[in-house]
Amino acid sequence: MKIINCPINGPRPVSEFFYWGQMRVMPDPVASSDDEWADYVFNCNGAPGVKREWWCHTPSNTWFIIERDTEKDQIVRTYLYGEEE
Amino acid sequence: MPWRLLRFVTSGKHPEPQMFTHHDGLKKVYDAVIIGAGGHGLAAAYYLARDHGMTNVCVLEKGYIGGGNTGRNTTIIRSNYITPEGVQFYDTSVKLWQDLSQDFDLNLFYATRGHYTLAHTDAALRTMRWRAEVNKHCGVESEVVGPEELRREIPMMDMSCGGHAPIIGALYHAPGAIARHDAVAWGYGRGADQRGVQIHQQTEVLGIEVTAGRVSGVRTSRGFIATSKVLCAVAGSTPRILDMIGVRSPIYIHPLQAMVSEPMKPWLDPILVSGSLHVYISQSARGELVLGASLDPYELHSTRSTLDFTEGLAAHMLELFPFLSHVKIVRQWAGMADMTPDFAPIMGKTPIEGFYLDAGWGTWGFKATPVSGKTMAHTMVTDTPHPLITGFSLDRFRNYALTGEKGAASVGH
Repeated sequence: MKIINCPINGPRPVSEFFYWGQMRVMPDPVASSDDEWADYVFNCNGAPGVKREWWCHTPSNTWFIIERDTEKDQIVRTYLYGEEE
Repeated sequence: MPWRLLRFVTSGKHPEPQMFTHHDGLKKVYDAVIIGAGGHGLAAAYYLARDHGMTNVCVLEKGYIGGGNTGRNTTIIRSNYITPEGVQFYDTSVKLWQDLSQDFDLNLFYATRGHYTLAHTDAALRTMRWRAEVNKHCGVESEVVGPEELRREIPMMDMSCGGHAPIIGALYHAPGAIARHDAVAWGYGRGADQRGVQIHQQTEVLGIEVTAGRVSGVRTSRGFIATSKVLCAVAGSTPRILDMIGVRSPIYIHPLQAMVSEPMKPWLDPILVSGSLHVYISQSARGELVLGASLDPYELHSTRSTLDFTEGLAAHMLELFPFLSHVKIVRQWAGMADMTPDFAPIMGKTPIEGFYLDAGWGTWGFKATPVSGKTMAHTMVTDTPHPLITGFSLDRFRNYALTGEKGAASVGH
């Protein structure tokens, strides 16, 4: 993986991008139990597979989502948050 | 040519000494199964057999002995950690290391070199004072030293680092050492093998059978094994194994790359680490410079190498030692580091009875090989965590009781 397709700026070299981890959905902090909250704070899906991740194109500060195969290091698709369809 | 040699050549019989026993197949039942024939798994097998008399044990390995992170690290051994739990644990390990060549009757090339962690900022120096005090409190030899001593001990180092990151001091840790990593796996493996433990290479674990919350067996690529105790010591493959039994963990996998230079005359005795420059460097017994850096910046389950890494690491090394500019890099590789949020391992029991975890070894696992084997063997036999590892339980991520070792990581990851 050397080129990433930024949804705003098009294909750019990977050195311009910053990885910010897997996309996670926050549970309701009031309604969730202590165990559910600890699970959200610490645990993650560490096994390989196609994952949705937050990335940032740093020169333009564009935050977006990459769907990436973390075993083969291949990008499935990239899109802005909320615009996946 | 001497007659004996000529006779040997013409006899057609050239028996090669085999280090490990060859086993035709798996047994149906074992008292314990260890997944992963790296240093940690084999050490656990060795201490199970030697200290606890438990020999009906098999070690399953998807690849080959010591082919994972045991053979991919930069072989640095130290105990200058920042939490008392960490310092005591790694100090026990350093003491075990010192007798290991004798134990195995195998030369591990264990060399106590001294270990400098360089400080380029006041903040770094402050953390080092903290580490030095915690270390001394636990009886471990560490002290903060100034630029004069560094100039005297490592005269060929550019103390200004090209002018932009001048070195203002260092944490000196006298017991810092290096060892030949492959031999560690072979030594533990042979010791276990001689005592009756079976090591099965090219045998992949496909599933783990759990009955009523207890481990009952392991499904492998070469058949099913019934057992009531399983130890998972698979470093970068830990999340895949945990997925099989439905246990959640905070472990995430990033590759960690390293490289070696061409061999040269001995000129660098101590081990050097710079957190700010993201580089660690030592000279092996063969004369190669062994160089490591920080993790790759994103999750990946692969051991591919990148040119970015080589360029970045070489540039930082040249800031410390500009005279190395003509030296060639001869090898580069990567391992899959199983990282945890607090940079401490995850060891001990899990919510599944009989399933023990020795994981979360990220970038700090090699030095812990002896002590992790010893404490995990104790934990498996008694079904109670060894006192040295109670700070490393998986539970700590449910109880918000973290063991923060990030300040003692060799480089800022």
